[in-house]
Amino acid sequence: MIVNEPNPPGSAATAPNETFVLNLGPQHPATHGVLRVKMTMDGECVLRAEPVCGYIHRMQEKMGENRTYAQYLPNTSRIDYLSAMTYTHAFVGAVERAARIQVPPRAEYIRVITSELNRISSHLVWWGAFLLDLGGFTPLLYAFDDREMILDLLEGITGARLTYCYYRFGGLYNDVDETFLKGTRQFVLHMRPRLKMYRALVTDNVILRKRLIGIGPISPELCRKYGATGPVIRGSGVAYDVRKAEPYSVYPELDFDIPAFPEGDSMARYLVRMEEIAQSLRLIEQALDKLPAGPVMAEKVPRVLKLPAGDYCYAVEAARGRFMVRLVSDNKEIPYRVKLRTPCLSNLSLFEEASRGMLLADALALMGSLDLVIPDIDR
Amino acid sequence: MNGKDTPLAPAPAAPATPAPAAPAPEPRPNPLAHLPLPFQTADYSLKGYHLDATVQPGQVVLAAQLMDREGFSLDTITGVDWLAQGQMEVVYDYFHPGRGFRAVVRARIPRENPEIPTLSQVFPGANWHERETHDFFGIRFLGHPDLSPFLLPEDADYHPLRKDFTA
Repeated sequence: MIVNEPNPPGSAATAPNETFVLNLGPQHPATHGVLRVKMTMDGECVLRAEPVCGYIHRMQEKMGENRTYAQYLPNTSRIDYLSAMTYTHAFVGAVERAARIQVPPRAEYIRVITSELNRISSHLVWWGAFLLDLGGFTPLLYAFDDREMILDLLEGITGARLTYCYYRFGGLYNDVDETFLKGTRQFVLHMRPRLKMYRALVTDNVILRKRLIGIGPISPELCRKYGATGPVIRGSGVAYDVRKAEPYSVYPELDFDIPAFPEGDSMARYLVRMEEIAQSLRLIEQALDKLPAGPVMAEKVPRVLKLPAGDYCYAVEAARGRFMVRLVSDNKEIPYRVKLRTPCLSNLSLFEEASRGMLLADALALMGSLDLVIPDIDR
Repeated sequence: MNGKDTPLAPAPAAPATPAPAAPAPEPRPNPLAHLPLPFQTADYSLKGYHLDATVQPGQVVLAAQLMDREGFSLDTITGVDWLAQGQMEVVYDYFHPGRGFRAVVRARIPRENPEIPTLSQVFPGANWHERETHDFFGIRFLGHPDLSPFLLPEDADYHPLRKDFTA
């Protein structure tokens, strides 16, 4: 006999605020790389999102303690594989600083050109993958088409397509050739109209805007408390950029702006990166115009480096924010300690607080707008 | 940042540090001289930071509170194992998002009982940095909400960046 109770036991209506745990990853296609997030859900709402890190931890910092500075250099391009140039820059910069090696100006200009090319290629991967997260497939194909031109240019001079080891203590592995210089100029001319097209195709699209505007707001105070940097803090209106805050290389000789958007939502972080591509093109063009002649390697860099005892830091603005190498030397051929301060770790650490109470789909938009590279977190 | 926090007050005339004996003179005054922290000015072009202070382990939270009030952000926390001296060094890096200023606060603790108070109540971002430092060095951060392995496997009971660690 069926008793017609208003709310039979076990029905959703009688459930006492039932929550469940949703495991996002470590292999979930919506997360890039092997990030796992343990999400406590109330229906569609995220009560608590707890990132679980370490799935591709490789103990990069221990590796720094059992090989020489030169032997460790290739490791630094394998931390954030999309922004390898800037990462090797920080490491050679720390060593050059400690050993007081003067880098020739031509080498510094080429470092700026290649680093900014790398920044554009990194932002293009983010752009394509982010829109893929949001359900738009086509932009990825455009992004990878343009990125391919950068990879070809960089492959021509460095021999590698992603994990560059082009910067050396005191300069560069080799000089750039005419093909690279001409190709880079062509790329700048090619990319500017593409950015306009990106804007018309994607950025101004009403579906994208509805998906991003007001989603995942992050306050400047939250960024400061968690040490978030890069496009995340600039998307909260703080124009913090290591290239201006702690000027390095020849950036002070070049004219560029730091785009910052005060809204703090996912759209702001999106716009920061799009604007940064334009600024990088500006930097590349200027550096090409000013590129001085001369050597690309400092004279008399010792084959085996021994840094004076002490600690040395060198920070760069990587594509995802502040990357810093902290070296501790005890005047031996191998470092006593190598600390890698990576931007993604700090940027992800605010996710738990920022995503509280969001819809799951919106939380994923927020996560995508942080532009995470997992080996950068796990090291 | 956004006018909300007070910018660093310009330093009063005399920095507390002794006259720089280093070959590269850095006449930059110490903008944190008003803080009760033993900051020494450092040669940024050589070191990569502007100020350096060594404090007692019990003072790191106070230092963090002062840096927080000055509008600094916690850059990272890490350890260094000084096996020969029987000490662990805990290094706190700070940067100022508005002024681009870099400061380092460090403390030494005995190696056989490496304990130091947590900063996670001041800077929530310290939580992960401290967990990582606990993973690598076995430094216990007192008052930390959860020191379970962060990057190492969940059953890890070793600390690979200790100098006497062998695989």
